[in-house]
Amino acid sequence: MNTNSNTYTIAYASIMVVVVAFLLAFVSSALKPTQDKNVELDKKKQILAALNIRDLAGTEAVEQKYDEVVNADMIINAKGDTLNAGADKDQAGFRVETKDISAESLPLYVCKVGDDVKYVVPVSGRGLWGGLWGYVALDADCKTVFGAYFSHESETAGLGALLAEQKFQDLFKGKQVFADSAAASVALTIVKKGQVKHPEYEVDGLTGATLTTNGAAAMVNEGLQNYIGFFQTVNK
Amino acid sequence: MSKLFSKENQEVFTGPLNLNNPVAVQVLGICSALAVTSQLEPSIVMGLSVTVITAFANVIISLLRKTIPNRIRIIVQLVVVATLVTLVSQILKAFAYDVSVQLSVYVGLIITNCILMGRLEAFAMQNGPWASFLDGIGSGLGYAWILVAVGFVRELLGAGTLLGFRIIPESFYVENGGCYVNNGMMTMPAMALIIVGCIIWAHRAYNDRKAK
Amino acid sequence: MEQMLSLFVRSIFVDNMIFAFFLGMCSYLAVSKNVKTALGLGIAVTFVLLITVPVDYLLQTKVLGPDCIIEGVDLSFLSFILFIAVIAGMVQLVEMIVERFSPSLYAALGIFLPLIAVNCAIMGASLFMQQRIGMDPNSSQYIGGVGDAIVYALGSGVGWLTCPSPCKDSASRLSPWDLWLWHSCASPASAFNLKSRKTSAQ
Repeated sequence: MNTNSNTYTIAYASIMVVVVAFLLAFVSSALKPTQDKNVELDKKKQILAALNIRDLAGTEAVEQKYDEVVNADMIINAKGDTLNAGADKDQAGFRVETKDISAESLPLYVCKVGDDVKYVVPVSGRGLWGGLWGYVALDADCKTVFGAYFSHESETAGLGALLAEQKFQDLFKGKQVFADSAAASVALTIVKKGQVKHPEYEVDGLTGATLTTNGAAAMVNEGLQNYIGFFQTVNK
Repeated sequence: MSKLFSKENQEVFTGPLNLNNPVAVQVLGICSALAVTSQLEPSIVMGLSVTVITAFANVIISLLRKTIPNRIRIIVQLVVVATLVTLVSQILKAFAYDVSVQLSVYVGLIITNCILMGRLEAFAMQNGPWASFLDGIGSGLGYAWILVAVGFVRELLGAGTLLGFRIIPESFYVENGGCYVNNGMMTMPAMALIIVGCIIWAHRAYNDRKAK
Repeated sequence: MEQMLSLFVRSIFVDNMIFAFFLGMCSYLAVSKNVKTALGLGIAVTFVLLITVPVDYLLQTKVLGPDCIIEGVDLSFLSFILFIAVIAGMVQLVEMIVERFSPSLYAALGIFLPLIAVNCAIMGASLFMQQRIGMDPNSSQYIGGVGDAIVYALGSGVGWLTCPSPCKDSASRLSPWDLWLWHSCASPASAFNLKSRKTSAQ
């Protein structure tokens, strides 16, 4: 048979395309549920890490703990009004992707650790080389930090990348969100390594990573500032 | 059975592991070798993925080699490779999510790994499926062992861990009263280039001496 | 405008294909012995990038993305195959153009011209573009339109093409010194980057 004729070439290419497309479509639809589950699980792990629940072994443990701890994933706006009470758990706020967060759509996780109510808010920003994101957990009065979790796309390994380490994240525990009792604007920030003047609301930065530190400071400060309307309603 | 493991076939398999190593001798496919090796786990996963893909792509192309129209030869090879890479990438996303996040675009870049196209064009188009399979496994493992070696050195010296387990005890570190500091430079990509260079150097020095 | 400028500078210096991601090293190592062939290949690579990245962008956003053709269907599992097909097709075209207009360059580039199809930098640019579509729009890495895609392709191409110049005399091999040199250039560039975002945000 002449394998160089036009008809043969075209027929060969068409058959190949059809076979490949069907094969890939089949595999992709078979694996899709598992993949989506992985993405959700990863997000749940991060939220739990902000609540200082880390090192859970296995999928089951994470799902179970998340169900136990997180009571609702609300969507609120900048004024503090509830847009979606999120009683179904991972259907409302949980579905809002980081890039879609705006003044009109702020996810807020209402959680219960032991008997205490905690709020978890997502924050995101930019470091030196790429995006930063994380979750900050606050006590029921929205004035004290309960825990924090951060991660990054591509910060410098060994310097800015230490942002993602528990050692740094633990520094946030017990910090104050506001500088004074008026609670008009968020004071919580990260300062350059070794220059902490107000240990109540300033967190010591990362060594040798000034730009990552600045990016993270802006992320935390501005991220919480978005929720100021909600914080004020809580304290009313 | 003896025919399957004949002398020639053994050479086809062991050649790329040492004397004809794709990375050390032919300096192919180093892009990903440099980028993914800052830790051991992604290095191993990457090495295995490339081995599996090279082996199966070689077998498929070898089976099809008499039917492929010469004019669209390269495209057919690319489509076979791209299909296998998509499969591997989907499987990683489903069953090894953390590693797939770490490898990010580098899984997709296996398609353009020069080792793959090189083996398909130079070997699978001329040889039978079994020999091609061995050649693919051999080339893949030849690439994988270099990746694993680089990943081993970089993770051990850069973070003091291997596969996430602490090897250098915490008490050795300066913060805890010891005298050891992690080598931050090891975690930078530039260091991978230097380590690959050292491996190539040692490899060539050893083989040259043996040849004499 | 500012966003595009920042994307451009960033893709040349900070996200440099060779020095930051080590993509396209194989052909780079082979042709960088001689500035003229290196430049020729660089221009060919840039040209291919300039067409494939926007085309792949349109494919990704108009055809492959979720809900594009049929509601509720995400075809992005076909992206690897379509991207590489677009690239291979483009390379074929470039090969014909170079052969027609500059036979001497065609001869000098030899096997490396068809090998652009498997140049990781080109596939890499499309894959990074795909990743960047999903990023935060404030990020200077964000690609939100065909314009951004073209700017990114141009920056990546220029970044790739200028790489051989610093090491043209140094034994034609990429040395660690080139990396340090490049990284030291990249740091001020990233500072520029942060600044330009701040002003655009205000």
